[in-house]
Amino acid sequence: MKRTTLDLWVGLFVTAGIAALLFLSLKVGGFSSAHMKETYSLSARFDNIGGLKVRGPVKSAGVVVGRVTDIRFDPETYEALVEMRIDARYRFPGDTFASIYTSGLLGDQYIGLEPGGDGKKLVTGDVIVKTQSAVVLEKLVSQFLFDRAAKGQDSK
Amino acid sequence: MPDFAFLRRLGGNTVDRLWRLGVASRFFVAILLNSGTALRRYPLTFREIWFSGVLSLVIILVSGLFVGLVLGMQGYEILTRYGSDTALGVMVALSLLRELGPVIAGLLFASRAGSAIAAEIGLMKATEQLKAMDMMAVDPVARVVAPRFWGGVISMPFLAALFSCMGIFGGWLIGVVMIGVDEGVFWSQMQAAVDFRHDVLNGVIKSVVFGVAVSLIAVFEGYDSEPTAEGVSRAITRAVVTSALAILALDFVLTSFMFRESP
Repeated sequence: MKRTTLDLWVGLFVTAGIAALLFLSLKVGGFSSAHMKETYSLSARFDNIGGLKVRGPVKSAGVVVGRVTDIRFDPETYEALVEMRIDARYRFPGDTFASIYTSGLLGDQYIGLEPGGDGKKLVTGDVIVKTQSAVVLEKLVSQFLFDRAAKGQDSK
Repeated sequence: MPDFAFLRRLGGNTVDRLWRLGVASRFFVAILLNSGTALRRYPLTFREIWFSGVLSLVIILVSGLFVGLVLGMQGYEILTRYGSDTALGVMVALSLLRELGPVIAGLLFASRAGSAIAAEIGLMKATEQLKAMDMMAVDPVARVVAPRFWGGVISMPFLAALFSCMGIFGGWLIGVVMIGVDEGVFWSQMQAAVDFRHDVLNGVIKSVVFGVAVSLIAVFEGYDSEPTAEGVSRAITRAVVTSALAILALDFVLTSFMFRESP
């Protein structure tokens, strides 16, 4: 088949385009959701999830080990039910503690898992019982203010 | 008896628009039905990828670079007020991947390639080349229109991706090289914040949709033009204006589907 310079240009163009797409997905995108191949799901109940979002990270010792997949409100217990998928490489003991933290002062909220000492590991569908809710800044501030006000009245 | 000429003209225009929309839809189906030939005789489509893709490269790359440079400067200026100038990479990458890449590449593509396609087909019609093809039992939709349509649809995602890459390079140039944001933080924050499916893939989907819209509008306006010098010039103007409006309106619709926070 006859080759033309036009074919060369089109070939170069398509190669550059595919290289750009690869660059965007690998270098820029970092494939954050793709490198978790096998996962298992856990759920946890919280009194207050604060600003936790679906797709937010689940961290243990500061390392991302999973993602939040679903957040629902349980109308019977009036609690938030958070579903998360954890990388299958990481197994956590049965008495793992789940708390909601904020990264930085104004950053996004994430779930922190602190492993306990139980020999039995959590398997898919398990519910984490020991949880700690998000710190709501307004509550803290008002507590502090009421505390100060009460102290001020005492000293009078 | 009052004169209803204004109302009559308004109604006539509306009916005319609807009519054209219907014809354009039928034309789209005709292109899809005839695209088997265009893809089988792929040298035809290759020529159009060269014509609308390769020849648009320079304007896409240069504009991408400048958009990235501006994003880098403005982003730094705003982010540094909140002490979060390390998030510069995130801001540049997200705004390019989600919005600016597909939209500006689409607008440039419409004015660079869309106008050329409309002009070419319009002139072919004005000089009765399309009619001559029909006489020789060559379907002009399969021979002329479909390859141009597919050339545009294939080129557009690549152009948008190259635009985004150049933009990120421009942001990096301003942020890291000139201002001195930490290079490692620039990339690692970007990688942590940009999600492959949510950001990169949705951007690619956008650029494919814009490619279909711009190519379809360009070939249709050319094919539907009045076969006069004035008709062709009007067709070119309409092709660019309608494409720009279509891109911006579709972008709003797609964004509201893709990036709405789930309730």
